[in-house]
Amino acid sequence: MDSKEVAGWVKDAQAAFLVATDLDELKSARLAHMGDKAPISLASRSLGSLSPDEKASFGKIIGDAKAQITSALDSATRKLESIRDQKVLLEEVVDITLPASRMHRGGLHPISIIKNEISDFFIEQGFSVAEGPEMESGWLNFDALNIPADHPARTMQDTFFIEPLESGMVLRTQTSPVQIRTMLTQEPPIYIISPGRTFRADELDATHSPVFHQVEGLVVDRGITMAHLKGTLDNFAQHMFGADVTTRLRPSFFPFTEPSAEVDIFFNGRWIEWGGCGMVNPKVLQTCGIDTDIFTGFAFGMGLERTLMVRHGITDMHDIVEGDLRFTRQFGMGL
Amino acid sequence: MRAPLSWLREFAAIPESISTEAISDAFIRVGFEVEEIIVQGADLTGPLVVAKVLAIEELTGNKKPIRYVELDCGEKQNRFVICGATNFAVGDLVVAALPGAVLPGNFAISARETYGKTSNGMICSSRELGLGEEHSGIIVLPAGSLTVGTDAISALEINDVIFDIAVNPDRGYALSIRGLAREIAGALNVKYVDPVDALKKLDFKKAGDGVTPVLEDGASVFYLRTLANYKADALTPLWMSRRIEKMGMRSISLAVDITNYVMLELGQPLHAFDRSKIKGNLRVGRVKKDQKFTTLDGQERNISSADLMVMDDNGPLALAGTMGGLESEITKSTTELALEAVRFDPIAIAKNSRRHKLSTEASRRLERHVDSSLAQYASARFAQLLIDLGGATHVDTQHAGEPRFAPIVKLDPAYVSQILGYSIAPEKIREILTTIGCDVDKDFNVDPPSWRWDLVQPADFVEEVARMIGYDAIPSLLPPRPKHASLTWSQKRIRVISSALAARGLSEVQTFPFTSDAIIESMGYVNERAKTYRIANPMSEDFPVLRTHLLPGLAAVASRNIGRGAKDFAIFEVGSIFRNSKDLVAAISPELEKKPSKAKIDEIFNSVPNQHLHLGAILVGKVEDVSWRGTSRSYEWSDAIAMAQEVLQLCNLEYSVVRSDFAPWHPGRCAELLIDGKPVAHAGELHPRVVEQFSLPARSVAFVINLSALPQSPLVRGEGVGAMPPALQDVALIVDEKVSAAAVESALRKGAGDLLESIVLFDRYDKMGDGKISLAYSLTFRAAERTLTGAEIAQVREAAVAQAVKDCGAILRTA
Repeated sequence: MDSKEVAGWVKDAQAAFLVATDLDELKSARLAHMGDKAPISLASRSLGSLSPDEKASFGKIIGDAKAQITSALDSATRKLESIRDQKVLLEEVVDITLPASRMHRGGLHPISIIKNEISDFFIEQGFSVAEGPEMESGWLNFDALNIPADHPARTMQDTFFIEPLESGMVLRTQTSPVQIRTMLTQEPPIYIISPGRTFRADELDATHSPVFHQVEGLVVDRGITMAHLKGTLDNFAQHMFGADVTTRLRPSFFPFTEPSAEVDIFFNGRWIEWGGCGMVNPKVLQTCGIDTDIFTGFAFGMGLERTLMVRHGITDMHDIVEGDLRFTRQFGMGL
Repeated sequence: MRAPLSWLREFAAIPESISTEAISDAFIRVGFEVEEIIVQGADLTGPLVVAKVLAIEELTGNKKPIRYVELDCGEKQNRFVICGATNFAVGDLVVAALPGAVLPGNFAISARETYGKTSNGMICSSRELGLGEEHSGIIVLPAGSLTVGTDAISALEINDVIFDIAVNPDRGYALSIRGLAREIAGALNVKYVDPVDALKKLDFKKAGDGVTPVLEDGASVFYLRTLANYKADALTPLWMSRRIEKMGMRSISLAVDITNYVMLELGQPLHAFDRSKIKGNLRVGRVKKDQKFTTLDGQERNISSADLMVMDDNGPLALAGTMGGLESEITKSTTELALEAVRFDPIAIAKNSRRHKLSTEASRRLERHVDSSLAQYASARFAQLLIDLGGATHVDTQHAGEPRFAPIVKLDPAYVSQILGYSIAPEKIREILTTIGCDVDKDFNVDPPSWRWDLVQPADFVEEVARMIGYDAIPSLLPPRPKHASLTWSQKRIRVISSALAARGLSEVQTFPFTSDAIIESMGYVNERAKTYRIANPMSEDFPVLRTHLLPGLAAVASRNIGRGAKDFAIFEVGSIFRNSKDLVAAISPELEKKPSKAKIDEIFNSVPNQHLHLGAILVGKVEDVSWRGTSRSYEWSDAIAMAQEVLQLCNLEYSVVRSDFAPWHPGRCAELLIDGKPVAHAGELHPRVVEQFSLPARSVAFVINLSALPQSPLVRGEGVGAMPPALQDVALIVDEKVSAAAVESALRKGAGDLLESIVLFDRYDKMGDGKISLAYSLTFRAAERTLTGAEIAQVREAAVAQAVKDCGAILRTA
């Protein structure tokens, strides 16, 4: 046994692994060249009978040889496995374009989506989301908001009244009573929005619905000015309609704000009425026990349906209220 | 409110160089929304002349009346034209378009052959000239008002721009040309002449005894001017009738036209009575007993002490400030008039108008506050015009009461800047307030003008300053804001639940919360779920009450979707329900402008019934969409129960399940889920009757969760899970089929004790006969710190089975 002989075993093994055409042949070759009866295994076992010097020098030769054979086996194995995989797994090919999902397509109602989006925007601005009942006390819905008893908004044409009429109970015509509830129970600073369902006795048509949604905002703090109202609305409009949208405030009238304004947006090449706003009327603050020498505030309100229709090009209110799945599913989760 | 530019220019020196758009923008800038700009005459070119009808030949044998008319158009030769209208006679003055003229709609006039004649022009109606909608006949001008051959375009002031303006309810003064002219003059910074200034100089001599005004209620000042010798056949001059028409009203008779004209010009509604029909004094007050009263429109109305009336000794003559009575109307034989001008209480007029569902030009103005000084000046303007145009003479003027004005307000100029967020010089503020008619002294004590009832607190003046400068001048800044905000846990929970259901294939819908007694009854709701609140004025008598449950609305939406072709789907809604949990108390209305007491606030809040937030869902058809893999199974009762349970699991809430026979579910296939012993949800198969009622597929299923009843999720204490191996044990138990799976599971859990990690029912066999079923459970045991020994495992398994034997009469099934 000498090093030449060992090198020969290595060569034989390498050659045998190389010519193996599949993993079975490779297994036979491995047994022949690395198995118990293979020359290298026998040589390895006979090392014990050698003198210490010989043991050291031959031990190294045999160890190196084993490593070479193992390495040759590994690369042969990798190669043959890869060949097998290509052949066998390709036979299992499927048409992965077949319709895969069988689950019904679900989604949120677009009004929920836009309500969530607006809530998230204002929460990031430090506003909380306040809510209140839909059937509401007339005092909270009207009187406290400086809407006197004979204001047109209180007549039978606009408001749904609950029986008995003496209760003064109404289906809220705006989410503003939530502002009153908040101001009656919390100390300024107040930063809230109040999204929710509102009611007006309008016939359902392409642009009106007796049941609709609003989002209102209310800020009461020290040193709040109309400039803050404008900045907040600019920011809000840009979030909803894109960075290049411009807003315009027009003088208007609401009993609960003074000065009052309509806010318009310039969107898709024209001015569109978006909502109403103004500085909270000091009379309203006083009714809620807020010191008008210290605090001022602003408020604004928009229709969610209108915002949705303008932004998404929806032309018929019926689509929003009828619950047709084909309409709702277009919006997915809104993200 | 319409405002013709030609009329505005009478009081506001608007230069010709300013474009219509610039005027419109100026109106909008100061708070007057221009809804429409009507340009009259722009698409009309002459020749259009005043012509006199000389002869009429009726052509017969046509489907409609046709006239062949000889006209004097002031030319050398008379013209002959064909005309289809019949509302004119020989001698009338009409308006003729001659060949070469082009009328609105690009309608070119030329000589043409028609009805066997040559028509050399056309006699025009208002609509053909673009002046209005009137098309029932041609325009007939007042006799002698114009010379034949006059250019009608200028004579009729056809070329004009009319702004249709939406006036906000706090600006009653702007329901007049006087008010709008002041606004546009201020907005454009041009000279303004108040027409009232000239009227202040008018003086009428007393020439007899007139009617005496008596003020009992509902007004502050009442002027009565008595006039005589009125020539009832006097005609309204063309300039006046044209202006009235441009305002969208019709010319009626001189006396009535003057009342309308003065109202439009100044804003004060007037009413002219035939004096001969007034007995005694004229009173503003209320009737003592209910009675009938017929207004000018011929309607008989029920009058009570709730109505403010104008009355004489015989009874009511007018529904105050709203509409006159038929009896005292001016007629063709009237020669003596009593002209009423009253500054009524706006609320009294608003009530008159609402009670009788009668909104008139007069009531619209009076309920929005009329300038208190106008009762005097507007009635003077009427007298002046009736004397000049109708030959009348002044008899007597009397008045009762005195005008009242808004109080003086102390304004701090710094407050204006503080509210608007930018600095405005005090002198600028003074200038603006003066422009709108206020008197401002050196200490900024501001005396609002007589027509501005809306200026009562400093904030009101801030708006005036802001709008006259323009809201565009206000800077855009973000307010100081709290550092942090977030949704409440219940708001977050609704979002998580909705998103989870949507991700599971459910589509969210929103339904109107209106229903009917019949629907409530047909669904089988009883007790608190049948009691609701009624809407006094519902949109539809079919849905006059508020919903007590979400399922009827959801079923209707499901039905609609099926009607439109959908088959397999699931929908859900999150919404309030309204159960009549308490009788409503009389409205609690504490005093305004000061905070009600804590007790009063609580009383108001408590007067509003609880409106629970529910989550409802209906699942119909197949569980999955139609697919090439084959048809899936249909939704069944357990899907609804599972989904309801999953919602509670999502909220990390512990619940128990019991069978329920709750409507509108199938009485044998409804689960009630309870938390701390209180029902929070129901789920299962819908009652077959309900399924049929809404035409849903058989065995459609539904669940409803009362979200308001779900407690806040407990704070989770995260226990370590360890790495010890589990021990799995299967047991099969035979029980009576009436024993619920929940009861067996509960017994097994109780018997197995703390080492039990989980339990799964993996088989249910119901074909054993004798009313017995077999339930097979896989129990997983695990200890946190050690591997369980065989003896321990056998012991807990036996304990579990023993408990089931004891509690449920179970028998261990052996192989």
